[in-house]
Amino acid sequence: MKQTLAALAAVLLLAPVLASAGTPKPDLKIENPGSCIAPVPEMRRNHMEMLKHTRDRTLRQGIRGEKASLNGCINCHASKTTGSVLGQGGFCQECHTYAAVKLDCWDCHQPKAGNHEAVGVKP
Amino acid sequence: MSEPQDRIENKSRRSFVGAAAVAGASAGVAALAPGLKLIEVAGAAPRAPGEPASSAVRWGMLIDTTKCASGCDACVKACATENGINETVKDPRQGSQWIRKIDLKDPKTGQEYSLPMLCQHCEHPPCVDVCPTGASMKRADGIVLVDRHICIGCRYCMMACPYKARSLVHMPLTEQNPLVPRGQGCVEACTFCVQRVDRGQQPACVEACPEKAMLFGNLNDPNSEIAQRVAKEKTTQVRADLKLNLGVRYQGI
Repeated sequence: MKQTLAALAAVLLLAPVLASAGTPKPDLKIENPGSCIAPVPEMRRNHMEMLKHTRDRTLRQGIRGEKASLNGCINCHASKTTGSVLGQGGFCQECHTYAAVKLDCWDCHQPKAGNHEAVGVKP
Repeated sequence: MSEPQDRIENKSRRSFVGAAAVAGASAGVAALAPGLKLIEVAGAAPRAPGEPASSAVRWGMLIDTTKCASGCDACVKACATENGINETVKDPRQGSQWIRKIDLKDPKTGQEYSLPMLCQHCEHPPCVDVCPTGASMKRADGIVLVDRHICIGCRYCMMACPYKARSLVHMPLTEQNPLVPRGQGCVEACTFCVQRVDRGQQPACVEACPEKAMLFGNLNDPNSEIAQRVAKEKTTQVRADLKLNLGVRYQGI
């Protein structure tokens, strides 16, 4: 019995060490902290749902000014060094790589902040 | 009876804003009259945040080909700038054409025309009929769009379109306009610059035309310039025999 307990304790103590020996946790740097549209746990769990519902309302119904938007994301989360949410240490890519979730928003949407304002022509 | 009163109020708003727009002050209307629901009247002002596109509006364009010069491609360039169509393609046939200039010649009389051809924003769009996923869609205000989130790039819509208005993006893109997402494997076409129209601006091509040959507005609003001109002057729909009721009309062809 004593031996079993000791073994169990050893496993329990070692578990975090063993786990941390695997893929390192994402090292997220938030460039503009504290101004998110929702608390961090909610964003972590639901950001994809927020964006999905927004995209349908915006495109199909033409509703503008939604709370959640990809352009809103990059305003705070684009890296100040690379200007992007992608790449090494990029806010989106870091977590999605860790969680092995494909990230294809930015295949079409512009992942870089600044310098990409709509140019157009002056009225 | 509050309903008639509302109607009267709306009517006075309509005439007020209509008059202001005619005076060429449409850009300043929003500032002059805060709190007005401008979408109800001219549709020439930004829609309030949270308000969906309304079927009371039918966006349309009138193109006067008699003013359109053969060598001029200002509209095409403005479109490319606004919508971030700046990629270099290996094969020119793969390049996206949201708007293109066409020169036509009547072989019998020798008369020549030049005109821009773009998505005609049909009331009954064939591209929407054939789309297997529902990605090709018409917004309530008549703007025909591709929902790239569910477009699978099958190109049925490109074959169905009588105006060759749609293009497929063949390569990965990186330099999109943040307001105009576009990417590889999806079909795309002129959006009437929906991102500008929703802000109360004109499409980029209309603003850029040096001859003012293009006119954009709400066909459903009898006070709009386009509705008045369409009512008084002869205009042509390209391939009118298809009975698609186009949003884009031409003069002089």
